[in-house]
Amino acid sequence: MKSLAELQAIRDRMQKQIDLRDAGDDRIRVVVGMATCGIAAGARPVLAAFLEEVEKRGLKNISVSQTGCIGVCRLEPIVEVYVPGQEKVTYVKMTADKVPGIVSEHLVNGRVVTELTIGAAE
Amino acid sequence: MNMIRSHILVCTGTGCSSSDSPKIIAEFERQLLEHGMDREAKVVRTGCFGLCALGPIVTVYPEGACYTHVTVDDVAEIVSEHIVKGRIVKRLLHKGDEDQGPVTSLAETQFYKHQKRIALRNCGVINPESIDEYIGVDGYAALGRILTEQIPPQQVIDTVKASGLRGRGGAGFPTGQKWQFTYDAVSPDGVKFVCCNADEGDPGAFMDRSVLEGDPHSVIEAMTIAGYAVGAHQGYIYVRAEYPIAVKRLETAIQQAKEYGLLGSNIFESGFDFDLELRLGAGAFVCGEETALMRSIEGMRGEPKTRPPFPAVKGLFDRPTLLNNVETYANITWIFNNGADKFAAIGTEKSKGTKVFALGGKITNTGLVEIPMGTTLRTVVEDIGGGVPNGKKFKAAQTGGPSGGCIPASLIDTPIDYESLGAIGSMMGSGGLIIMDEDNCMVDIAKFFLEFIVDESCGKCSPCRIGTKRLLGLLNKICEGNGEPEDLDALEELCEHIKQSALCGLGQTAPNPVLSTLKHFRDEYEAHVYEKRCPAGVCKALIRYTVDPVKCKGCTRCARSCPTGAIEGAVRAPHTINQSKCIKCGACMDQCRFDAIQKQ
Repeated sequence: MKSLAELQAIRDRMQKQIDLRDAGDDRIRVVVGMATCGIAAGARPVLAAFLEEVEKRGLKNISVSQTGCIGVCRLEPIVEVYVPGQEKVTYVKMTADKVPGIVSEHLVNGRVVTELTIGAAE
Repeated sequence: MNMIRSHILVCTGTGCSSSDSPKIIAEFERQLLEHGMDREAKVVRTGCFGLCALGPIVTVYPEGACYTHVTVDDVAEIVSEHIVKGRIVKRLLHKGDEDQGPVTSLAETQFYKHQKRIALRNCGVINPESIDEYIGVDGYAALGRILTEQIPPQQVIDTVKASGLRGRGGAGFPTGQKWQFTYDAVSPDGVKFVCCNADEGDPGAFMDRSVLEGDPHSVIEAMTIAGYAVGAHQGYIYVRAEYPIAVKRLETAIQQAKEYGLLGSNIFESGFDFDLELRLGAGAFVCGEETALMRSIEGMRGEPKTRPPFPAVKGLFDRPTLLNNVETYANITWIFNNGADKFAAIGTEKSKGTKVFALGGKITNTGLVEIPMGTTLRTVVEDIGGGVPNGKKFKAAQTGGPSGGCIPASLIDTPIDYESLGAIGSMMGSGGLIIMDEDNCMVDIAKFFLEFIVDESCGKCSPCRIGTKRLLGLLNKICEGNGEPEDLDALEELCEHIKQSALCGLGQTAPNPVLSTLKHFRDEYEAHVYEKRCPAGVCKALIRYTVDPVKCKGCTRCARSCPTGAIEGAVRAPHTINQSKCIKCGACMDQCRFDAIQKQ
């Protein structure tokens, strides 16, 4: 170890990983439906895209996890976003290329992408 | 890309390791591989979470679900349900408190709510065998800042002083002052040493063990800072050989720090050199005493020396030496990262910060707790500890191990800090906190600690070598029912003599368990002496088992369980116990279904 910068580099790299272990109440939770129906409809690339996007933007306080089938299999892949203190938002028929838009609009700027929600699909 | 989206934290402290956490880890890794999840979820070995009574503990993030009492057979379900399908396995969740129902996150439990984790901040959070994870939680940042900014040693010492941190090994000497003395001391050849006392020997204490097992780098970093502050280039950690996991993790941590250049020469290109070595103790309690510890590091017999000169002036190899306890060091980097004033804001006027206690004995939540100084004993016992199990009544708490004393139930609202505990005849000690209920005999407790001291006395000075042996003799006499009224006065007098004349801290505090039980539970001693009765029913010579002929159905269950054949009687007729054969083991009482066996 020669300089603080070297230490800082390791710290930044590790902090992102350890940040995963903070289950604080103030976090935004992104939950991807990953039951058989979800996976068959292509939920895995969506999950990967969320992880990638959150990592790329260095976003903190966001947890990406998965859940089972919520019953509307025909609209899978389904992603639910829980912002603390707000109503849950459900995005349907997701694909990996829709992810960056949701991350920048909804997760970062707090604007729900209405045209991708379950309300718009119904 | 890095696909890891879930961390499975498994406790690998001594407690959970002995209930098979290594096998659980192996099974997790196997199951993850089988489900093709090995690149999405990662198993992290951590230190102690503190809730040892519920081990083995597994926490799964990002959900923060805390699973308790996990067995190897549960692993498959956790992987297939939680990791693959994202469904939390409710069956295995920590049950929480009665009114709360199952809780997902540990932080919500009564056990953690009252705690403030500073020394244990990384235990159960990071992998102790990964220096990168330690750096990820701001590890080595304090050292880096101090060395690269060339902060003057005096300023470093002033920060420690300003924090108000006091020694966590027991006596509570102000840490900053200790650093100052060592800094001021002149060494004939300029050589000074920094030592860490990890010879935790009190029965029932495992705080230092958990810090070393869960966060070894925090001790290494703090010792390096201490070395810079006092002008030392060599450090020693004196750790018990009975702590194999702690020793192994320390060795790993030192090796990693050396590879990263955080130990060795020219750290952060500042021109400062510092190296660390381990010294293993062979299990002598007296080697936790500072002068004996240093003799032992030198390779000599671990025996105390008279003070002064104090180690800060003339310690290891006759050079000025700074010696702090593990938990003291564990607080240091937090102070530098968060500010001395923030540390000083926690606790009471004279006792700052937090203290870790190993909670044991008759308590529901056995484990490791860290509380702000000044928290009352009631909070620790009733809220954090979950009270005394089996509906029994809380009788006393023993703090400070063989050097400490008992706190009776009437003083349960005493705030826990150095002064308050000292004032009621106990002491903070290193942090063992043993809870006792109505079934514990206080004379027997005093006897237990005296037996320990007699065993562990090094024998160098006669007050300790002979005096404690005589004390034990008197206690044995009382417990065997041969006590005489003047024995109580003799006990007290002898205690005072030992206190005043023993050479080292071990001897001087050895009478404390007797003195404090005499002070708070004199009636129990008197019952033993005058009435030849043990109120708690512990001292075997003073109790009798008898059969209540009305309740006894003559089922012969007790007679069959008696190891000495002391119970006689025909089938379906009341039995009797032959007192001359009875060894008072209590087996008959445990076996009886009709509550017919009485203990008097």
